[in-house]
Amino acid sequence: MKAMVYRGPYEIRVEDKDIPRIEHPNDAIVRVTRAAICGSDLHLYHGMIPDTRVGSTFGHEFVGVVHEVGPSVQHLMPGARVMVPFNIFCGTCYFCSRGLYSNCHNVNPNATAVGGIYGYSHTCGGYDGGQAEFVRVPFADVGPSPIPEWMSEEDAVMLTDAVPTGYFGAQLGDIGEGDTVVVFGAGPVGLVAAKSAWLMGAGRVIVIDHLEYRLEKARTFAHAETYNFLEYDDIVVHLKKITEGLGADVVIEAVGAEAVGNLTQHVAAAKLKLQGGSPVALNWAIDSARKAGTVSVLGAYGPIFSAVKFGDAMQKGLTLRMNQCPVKRQWPRLFEHVRNGYLKPSDLITHRIPLEHIAEGYHLFSNKLDNCIKSLLTPNGA
Amino acid sequence: MPYTANQPPKVLITDELKARIPGWGVDLNPLDRPSVPRERRDLITGAHWEFPERQEEKVPRERSVEHQMLPPVFGTTCPPKGLSGVIRRRAYTYSEGRAAHWLLLILGDRVDAWESHVRSLASGRPDNPVTESGVFAEFRNHPVISRKGRKADLAHVWMDPVIVFGPWVGAAAAVVLSGRALARAAARRH
Repeated sequence: MKAMVYRGPYEIRVEDKDIPRIEHPNDAIVRVTRAAICGSDLHLYHGMIPDTRVGSTFGHEFVGVVHEVGPSVQHLMPGARVMVPFNIFCGTCYFCSRGLYSNCHNVNPNATAVGGIYGYSHTCGGYDGGQAEFVRVPFADVGPSPIPEWMSEEDAVMLTDAVPTGYFGAQLGDIGEGDTVVVFGAGPVGLVAAKSAWLMGAGRVIVIDHLEYRLEKARTFAHAETYNFLEYDDIVVHLKKITEGLGADVVIEAVGAEAVGNLTQHVAAAKLKLQGGSPVALNWAIDSARKAGTVSVLGAYGPIFSAVKFGDAMQKGLTLRMNQCPVKRQWPRLFEHVRNGYLKPSDLITHRIPLEHIAEGYHLFSNKLDNCIKSLLTPNGA
Repeated sequence: MPYTANQPPKVLITDELKARIPGWGVDLNPLDRPSVPRERRDLITGAHWEFPERQEEKVPRERSVEHQMLPPVFGTTCPPKGLSGVIRRRAYTYSEGRAAHWLLLILGDRVDAWESHVRSLASGRPDNPVTESGVFAEFRNHPVISRKGRKADLAHVWMDPVIVFGPWVGAAAAVVLSGRALARAAARRH
């Protein structure tokens, strides 16, 4: 089969690999029909996540058709059209039995701090991902769900990570009626977080980024008030000014490890890999929240130390909330929201790229060429 | 103003706001949100086991020392090999709480990339840093307009070519200089 293969930082290509085999009785093999490149895939692509091995295949956002199932699979049949959450989870460990699917303890030998994620380094379990023609899906009776008849594959693939993660981030903010919510980052996750803040009753939603075309999307897709941080000497001071000196009730950080806005932080993290991530947006989030406010962190960071302004967070009495999204918990509600037209996930897709051109796809996304917000891959020529 | 006890006025939720934003407030009740409360015991997962069957460990699988056993399911792609494999196995002797664990893994990643580049020279498909960088996307995707004004991260993207091609140029220079030094040494011996 054809699969995206990592060859080292900033270097990927398509190679022929063996079609994955059933390795556990509850595995399924899924023929991928749509996959996406996630912003967090860029952290792998840029060599920032420890134990990213040459030869591995990325991709944790994908949908497809069940090709084969293991002998203990009861809920899926070959031929079923399925969407697969980015979390790999067993359904019965201490954490899964409490609904914390992203923190499953039974799927990742390499780290106890991290759950299992498709195509996201050995630090996340050493699984190949869905930027390929076929992918192994463990715990097929637990993770995947049939795609509803009425839902398009493009909406479905967006529901495997970006949309539920944004929606989950708004929930972590514990938003109340009339709250002022600031979202750092106008990528797909930040845009959905901003839109979701309205669904939860926000009175004012502000999105911060430095890419004008993404801020434009924040105005149209998420109905948000927007500010380009490059136009202000100090975006935190500006946010204080426009909130009467108080700060925001809730701040959602949807940027993560490669945040720009501070050259030293960015170079130390994204270029020299000397810290787990560039915490520029996280520090701005801490500083722009009101005292006793809430900061919700969705951005992905590497596991080593990062220069986070923890003292400010403590002195302000902030509530810091974060986690990888337990995707499947969000689906029933998100299906309703998509069906009712409150969320239109495929509106975020800007590019559709054949798997054969994946190196160009990553370059395009990494360099934000051609107003790229979200790229889809079509591994089987779909 | 936060200098008095007066609460700053919250934004008025008007009919205009509700009309402008489809679905405003449909998840207003915090107790009716899918991830509230954080921990719930009543969710049906589809699992039909108390503890999953164990995946066969065909190749010795490295694992965190914080795990009391090998978890029942794991990824099998790219087992450790070569010098990077030695480094990675060493890293897994330290707990996740130790910087040595992560820093050795990062070192292993860099060594892995170079081992693989060298190995690819002996294969039928050597690495091509130009095509694998995807730089040809520049030709079809408005490279100038995309970067005009404040649209792109101009402050940092200039570093990317240095990071991608710099090590290749450095390696080539090292090979040439080493070759010349060896040739000179051989000439002196004769």
